[in-house]
Amino acid sequence: MQSGVGVCCSSSSNWLFGLAAAAAPLLPSSLTTISFPISKSSSSSLITLSTPLLISSPLRSIASASGSSQLNEMASDDAQDPRLQRISSAIRVIPDFPKPGIMFQDITTLLLDTKAFKDTIDLFVERYRDQNISVVAGVEARGFIFGPPIALAIGAKFVPMRKPNKLPGEVISEEYSLEYGTDKMEMHVGAVQRGDRALVIDDLIATGGTLCAAIKLLERVQAQVVECACVIELPELKGRDKLTGKPLFVLVKGA
Amino acid sequence: MSAYRDEDPRLHGIKTKIRVVPHFPKSGIMFQDITTLLLDPKAFKDTIDLFVERYKGKNISVVAARGFIFGPPIALAIGAKFVPLRKPKKLPGKVISQEYILEYGRDCLEMHVGAVEAGERAIVVDDLIATGGTLCAAMDLLERVGAEVVECACVIELPELKGRERLNGKPLYVLVEYLEV
Repeated sequence: MQSGVGVCCSSSSNWLFGLAAAAAPLLPSSLTTISFPISKSSSSSLITLSTPLLISSPLRSIASASGSSQLNEMASDDAQDPRLQRISSAIRVIPDFPKPGIMFQDITTLLLDTKAFKDTIDLFVERYRDQNISVVAGVEARGFIFGPPIALAIGAKFVPMRKPNKLPGEVISEEYSLEYGTDKMEMHVGAVQRGDRALVIDDLIATGGTLCAAIKLLERVQAQVVECACVIELPELKGRDKLTGKPLFVLVKGA
Repeated sequence: MSAYRDEDPRLHGIKTKIRVVPHFPKSGIMFQDITTLLLDPKAFKDTIDLFVERYKGKNISVVAARGFIFGPPIALAIGAKFVPLRKPKKLPGKVISQEYILEYGRDCLEMHVGAVEAGERAIVVDDLIATGGTLCAAMDLLERVGAEVVECACVIELPELKGRERLNGKPLYVLVEYLEV
């Protein structure tokens, strides 16, 4: 198959990323397997199908500036990444925590599986390392577990997004809704600059409230939120729709 | 034992990236803010590297930490499990708890049952050691399940608070000291 516009292949990974001298933004991704072919006339590349539960999401995007057209034939695109099975199995579901009716997705068991934890980080790193990301914003607290390793691997700053009164010095705050009441998220003044290309990381997206607050904080300082990335999505809670149009990338979906 | 005594050239860059915020969270406290370190990818990487170089190949299978920023990258690099230690009611499922004394009052640290097994070699990581109370509680949790705490590792030490002496003879490794002049 051919794409009418240049695609660059990252030689060190299976994923294709759009690359430009001024980094091309990632195209919106549903985190589902890609199906073929890519239309010649299309300037957007993603054709997606829903798959149950386990998602691999190679992002195929089109470079605009670089020109060279080097399409990687990836039969493996149709299959999910083999690492996802182990990652998904390593996540423990705890019923009725923190309160009755909630099936809590516990990632601490993932952290006990050294291969699965490494694979989790690798999947994010492979996706973002050629995307000129300058900021990884991690949401307290479990976003701090995944954010820093990703930031370190891709050479980005790590910026913690915290509950009130934890960050010393000058902060900006964003209020967001909870099921009952509101909470606040804070970010340091000066941590992120205008034009920074940012990812927002958390372990899980439920309603999308916290991710949305993080996006707003970053945008208030004129950073560009390229994508939100989580290990787990709870799709029934439709958090994806709350991200003010920002794309979401996840590894697994929970019921 | 401290890295600064060996004068690794990376330490200067690390130390200068730590921001001191006076009177936070309350009057009189000179707060050691490591978030500015995290904004410098090289300095952050150097910080992790210094710990990784020390612990890689030493058969450490557990990195336990109450803060989540430094522990996981170290764990990933040395091939160890990462075990979060948390305030009460944050960890789902079965936990064991350890109470410890604060300047005023008490606090409590919890660890998942089954996360660490008897005989495992563990390090405890934190961004800073002050009085040593939390590190002590962390070590207690690990030792209660039969793990061996090989060392405690912190980015910053406040030596005037003598936390090092509170560690029941366990070794402490830090990168930088903060002394009030």
